[in-house]
Amino acid sequence: MTRISLTVNGKRYERDVAENRTLLRFLREDLGLIGTKEGCGAGECGACTVLFDGLTVNSCMVLAVEADGRAVETIEGEAKDGKLSDLQEAFQKHHAVQCGFCTPGMIMSTRELLHRTPKPTVAEIKEGIEGNFCRCTGYQQIVEAVLDVSGQLEKKGELRHA
Amino acid sequence: MLENQDPATLKYVGKGALRAEGVEKMTGQAVYASDMVMPGMLYAQVKKSPHARAKILGIDVSKAEALPGVRAVLVGSELDYRLGLYVVDKDILAKGEVRHYGEAVAAVAADTLEIAKAAVDLIEVKYEVLPPILNHMDALKKDAPLVHPDLGTYDFVKAAFTPVPGTNIANLTKLRKGDVEKGFAESEWIIEREYTNPSVQHVPMETHVAIVQWKTGDDVTIWTSAQSPFTVRSLFCYAFKLPLNKVRVVIPHVGGGFGGKAGIHIEPLVACLSRKAGGAPVKFQATREEEFSLLPCRSALTYRIKTGVRSDGKIVAQKMSMYWDAGAYADYAVNVTRASGYSGAGPYEIPNAWLDAYTIYTNKPYGTAYRGFGHVEFFWGLERHMELVAQAIGMDSLEFRRKNALRPGSVTLTGEVISENSGNVLKCINEAAASIGYGSLSADEKAREKETGRKIGKGIAALHKAPAMPPFTATAVIIRMNSDGTVLVNLALTEIGQGSVTAYSQIVAERLKFRLDQVKVTVEKDTDRDPYDWQTVASKGIILTGNACILACDDLLKGAYETAGQILRAQSCDLDHDDTRVFVRHHPEQGVTFASIAVGYAYPDGNAIGGPLIGVGRYVAQGLSNLDKETGQGYPALDWTYGAHGIVVEVDPATGEFRILKIASIFDVGKAINPDLVRGQCIGGMVQGLGTAVCEGYIYDQEGHLLNPSFTDNKIPTSKDIPDEIDCAVVETPQLDGPYGARGVGEHPMISVAPALGNAIQHAVGAELLHMPIRAEDVWRAMRNSGPIDNWITKTPSGSCRSDPAARRHDPDHAITP
Repeated sequence: MTRISLTVNGKRYERDVAENRTLLRFLREDLGLIGTKEGCGAGECGACTVLFDGLTVNSCMVLAVEADGRAVETIEGEAKDGKLSDLQEAFQKHHAVQCGFCTPGMIMSTRELLHRTPKPTVAEIKEGIEGNFCRCTGYQQIVEAVLDVSGQLEKKGELRHA
Repeated sequence: MLENQDPATLKYVGKGALRAEGVEKMTGQAVYASDMVMPGMLYAQVKKSPHARAKILGIDVSKAEALPGVRAVLVGSELDYRLGLYVVDKDILAKGEVRHYGEAVAAVAADTLEIAKAAVDLIEVKYEVLPPILNHMDALKKDAPLVHPDLGTYDFVKAAFTPVPGTNIANLTKLRKGDVEKGFAESEWIIEREYTNPSVQHVPMETHVAIVQWKTGDDVTIWTSAQSPFTVRSLFCYAFKLPLNKVRVVIPHVGGGFGGKAGIHIEPLVACLSRKAGGAPVKFQATREEEFSLLPCRSALTYRIKTGVRSDGKIVAQKMSMYWDAGAYADYAVNVTRASGYSGAGPYEIPNAWLDAYTIYTNKPYGTAYRGFGHVEFFWGLERHMELVAQAIGMDSLEFRRKNALRPGSVTLTGEVISENSGNVLKCINEAAASIGYGSLSADEKAREKETGRKIGKGIAALHKAPAMPPFTATAVIIRMNSDGTVLVNLALTEIGQGSVTAYSQIVAERLKFRLDQVKVTVEKDTDRDPYDWQTVASKGIILTGNACILACDDLLKGAYETAGQILRAQSCDLDHDDTRVFVRHHPEQGVTFASIAVGYAYPDGNAIGGPLIGVGRYVAQGLSNLDKETGQGYPALDWTYGAHGIVVEVDPATGEFRILKIASIFDVGKAINPDLVRGQCIGGMVQGLGTAVCEGYIYDQEGHLLNPSFTDNKIPTSKDIPDEIDCAVVETPQLDGPYGARGVGEHPMISVAPALGNAIQHAVGAELLHMPIRAEDVWRAMRNSGPIDNWITKTPSGSCRSDPAARRHDPDHAITP
């Protein structure tokens, strides 16, 4: 076991962790932050995406001991004071969520993208979430949500009545 | 039901309400079964077969049992229960022989996941490896070894299925309409082709997970990621011979299902571990690799179609042979075969039709339901075939489709007469064609071709599907009013991402004339609390549960009017209501609030009336019959949802690489209850269909090892793979027995994406594709008239999937006559 000290969503935590414990299991099982999901455990699907000193990582591929002294942000830190963030509001407005299992990771990737590129193009958005698999939505409504929150959506996506 | 309501009078139905459980999901607060932890919970792991077919000579669990922290170790020989949806053919753990790679042979429950993993590694299994049957066409041969030698002794659902003992045939569905040989004799053209596709994985982002506690006295609670709580309960109780009231199934949020979680899978094994561990709750969650091989997939299909056409382009006869690769167990595959059988000609009228559909056992992971229930697979062949037939007779394929499309008065394969209210496939086809500018290239497209050197092609494919259900398919809805006039709606149609909670909230708010925020449809399902629902499958939820919602609203209001009428001393027929009060229609000032009567009403003299207001709505599917086993004639369809996709593709003629520039998806949904949710289903299903169309599929080596059980080797579409332009549209021909005229569309967007793409590629570069998925190398080979890379059994695990010539066969006379 190794003693680590880190901040998660701005709160300070000190814990003893096994050296082989992943950051994902540390967050979910030791801190009870179950919003971060495991989809593959192999760094392939992005469901466990969190921000690690501001940059996205697959938390199933990072050891908890590597997070010593670092700042981690998870989906639990996205809504503030009981209110959804603008990004979450945009996801809700554009139906960018269906089963919701990929959503926390998807939002974290999008958050980093918007930090880096406040007004991303469609190609940049697709690039930015490429590592986050979504089996339900087909991604289009996520792209629309990101365009909207960055003030670039010309027209809301609509079902056409033929 | 209420199909003719003037849209102008509708407040919620037909409008884009926000997802009811969206905030919970957006914040990470929604709890899925994989997030759940119970006090004293143990963790399970499974020992899996590394062989496709082998005799189990012995299992030594002594070392595993001796490991500290191990609380239960199970092997198949201890268990005497058999499972099966339609054919009862599966042991909870393999007994005697393993039948597929990845099959469970032993299992462990331990204090921690780490201990459970270590214990599984300590279990020693001795096998005698046997040659596997991998190709389903081989499995039909007379001398083929039998995957289930005891098939003749298995129980099965006799009204719908026909296993053939002494063969590998788990079911044979037959369909006969008219006189197919006479039809061929009258035909000017006869075109015959064979189309294939491999098994694929559903890939729900949340893998299968269950926590089961088998308490003293045989009280069992199951928390699971399953789609259908009552199916899990009934199959569990059937296997363990328990009364239904002893078993409780709870389903929280579900991280995607797509049919892979429709039946019962890991729950019985986890239950046996809990019982053996003395009643502690036990949790098992499949790894992603286990999701590919321990859990079921979608069946592979070989579809042979022979079509006779008159000189004017009218189809007069069609002979269809479907060979479904069930894998090691029948599960849903036999019903996929049945449903595909009666739908197998697509939305076209075939006066003389003959169809035999086989479900075939092989030594591979088993097939189950997957979004579209066989239609994604057979429509690949059927709609490619329509294209090739049109080409062969020198007719434009759109014109050919129009000529043969079902229209009012047409008779389906099973003898059902299509009416004005059945939906309009012709309109869907025409809309798809118009949206992509079918038949010619625009000036921009021509300029693009010139600039890039790539060829642009446009293709259309139509589709239809009805829910596959038994005649007594039923559901119920209970609405309870709270003392503040809000309502709680209980129903057991599981929210797996499709948006059912939102759609039912809209229907209930509409029918009650309440505000949407007064209505809560519960997300978590619980068989001890919620009323019966058959299954969360088949795109039947909107019709059956939607109707039950309407009926429950009416029942709730009837009770409210009864109480209010007494208080107001008025007849029910003179009452009306809004979202807060029941009042006398001609004296609106005379009224009582819902809140004042919601849990009962007491007069000042102490006499009391009413009591808690509860509305019950029950609905059972109408007009269904079992099909005649020799001819397939009968009424299998609650409703038909029709649709069509149009695709514009750009193909590099040198390399076969392609890019989808536009897709148009059109469905006759009757009425879009929530257009935003319908659009979500259309796009999500279409992209899932693209995965099937371009990249997904199981690859085995010649010993039957699955070579690609991961996202690295089995790609699914990412955000970068979606078409540049997406047009989703609906036609609304009201369904007479649908709520507000609606019919289901959950599965349909996935169907016929692949053939629309194949047809577009053919228009661009002339490649005659017969196998899906369509990869760049397949297009390249097809352009050179090379055979397709066909059966996905390879000798070269690293590298391409080029098949071994010895494993590739094409023998039209392979089928044996049972």
